[in-house]
Amino acid sequence: MPTVIPEDSVGLIKPQTLHFDAPLELACGRTLDAYDLVIETYGELNAERNNAVLICHALSGHHHAAGYHSMEDRKPGWWDSAIGPGKAIDTNRFFVVSLNNLGGCHGSTGPRSTNPATGKPFGPDFPIVTVIDWVNSQVRLADRLGIQQWAAIVGGSLGGMQAMQWAISFPERLRHCVIIAAAPRLSAQNIAFNEVARQAISKDPQFHQGHYYEEEVVPKTGLMLARMIGHITYLSEDGMREKFGRELRDGKINFDFTPQFEIESYLQYQGEQFSTAFDANTYLLMTKALDYFDPAADYQNDLTQALSHASCRFFVASFTTDWRFSPERSREIVDALVDAGKDVCYTEIDAAHGHDAFLIPIPRYMEVFQSYMSRVANDFSRHEEARHAG
Amino acid sequence: MRADLEIIRDWIAPESRVIDLGCGDGELLSHLVAEKKVKGYGIEIDHDNITRCIENGVNVIEKDIDEGLASIRNNSFDTVVMTQALQTMHRPDVIVEEMLRIGKECIVTFPNFAHWRARGYLALRGKMPVSKFLSYTWYNTPNIHFFTFKDFEELCVERNIKILQRTVVDHAHRDRWWIHLWPNMLGEIAIYRITR
Repeated sequence: MPTVIPEDSVGLIKPQTLHFDAPLELACGRTLDAYDLVIETYGELNAERNNAVLICHALSGHHHAAGYHSMEDRKPGWWDSAIGPGKAIDTNRFFVVSLNNLGGCHGSTGPRSTNPATGKPFGPDFPIVTVIDWVNSQVRLADRLGIQQWAAIVGGSLGGMQAMQWAISFPERLRHCVIIAAAPRLSAQNIAFNEVARQAISKDPQFHQGHYYEEEVVPKTGLMLARMIGHITYLSEDGMREKFGRELRDGKINFDFTPQFEIESYLQYQGEQFSTAFDANTYLLMTKALDYFDPAADYQNDLTQALSHASCRFFVASFTTDWRFSPERSREIVDALVDAGKDVCYTEIDAAHGHDAFLIPIPRYMEVFQSYMSRVANDFSRHEEARHAG
Repeated sequence: MRADLEIIRDWIAPESRVIDLGCGDGELLSHLVAEKKVKGYGIEIDHDNITRCIENGVNVIEKDIDEGLASIRNNSFDTVVMTQALQTMHRPDVIVEEMLRIGKECIVTFPNFAHWRARGYLALRGKMPVSKFLSYTWYNTPNIHFFTFKDFEELCVERNIKILQRTVVDHAHRDRWWIHLWPNMLGEIAIYRITR
């Protein structure tokens, strides 16, 4: 709980819900006739409307990226370490927009929302949404906010995939694309982990084929298991050893099946927390969006071809111990960008935290991220100066 | 700009694709982009240099060149540059081959270990030369291969590498007329332009 709001925080923030009436055609062939997107914004849009930065969230993320909703909040938004006055994404210079994607469970239209056709929650009938669908909905959000061109689109993990998709599909609508701890597509191993998570959820007796809202239950065990397996893949072996080792909660083994090692109780706690806060149907959808992401597929599996459409500059970063989306996967993106003759900066950050590192303010990570973002800001500041001088 | 970089700049065609292996703070690339409109990329491993490249708006890719350049396609660059780094590579011959594979032309610079000062140091003191210009001691130097202009040119003959141009300068990268009288004795740094 913040007794005082830190100086480098965006402060108390109120989310807004925007309603969209124009039908959105989805990759699966179905259409969402109308939908809501819940967003937060930080900083001020300048008169030229060229200082806007879009934040795309990862698997379990949402619109609340920075600041606090109330003085009672235990923690700030999920990327508060990077967004705020004087931080890497400096809200003194940028107008930052963060949204909850379609299919989410934090206020944007998703499985928990009422299906206007039936008057009941969509549940498992909510269409499978893909990264391109999200990007299409984000384009409409940009139109609504009067943002013709983003100064930058920034995302980590699945968020980085959305940023990459923007660069390919709407090249004229962004100047910089920031892709952190992402991959050009999932590997068989990535998909395998997602499938274990999905099986854990769908085999939970409380899942009721996704109609658990009507039964007024939640597939808590399934969601918890899904999160536990996910969480293991977000950490590195080194990081786990460092943080938990083989530490025992009571200092001795008990010869029973209660959690005794610290790592066991940590995972159970994380799973437990998540299972009360997140929606199972949304989890299924998000993992599918990850599995299906493959922008090169439309270009004979040639990522260079896919990225040759981009006209923005790129910043790509990865973390040494990330094995979920390893540095090799980021290098595939970088190699394709170089091959396609695109401007790109790439850095590989030494970090023990595995995939989770992208959310952690590691000094060198923040330094290069800030350097790059300040270059992004200098671009439009220079335009402004030139305009005022002219 | 450093004098050797000035010479290199003049050897690079406008609007070409250039990759600088071990690009430092990106000085050469930022000049080439601004003055010659090249499409330039730098490979660098030093963290501070990478940050400076980002600040300078230079395309920089963090990578250990010793791990190889396999991910870069054949002939995908017009010019591949490596200044003062060949002597720090584990296998300079492999790197030169790789440079010639990914680029149509390569520019390499390296310190000459047959310079009279180095010869004198070793001959008279019986110790590995330490100078203002090569200031490391034998146990902590990043310069793990010491070679001379003659050695390099022998390698070129052996591997069928064509030398298109060569300039020899002193430690301050100045071109002095007397160096050309006996380059392998009087020159401290060589700048070669090579191709296959």
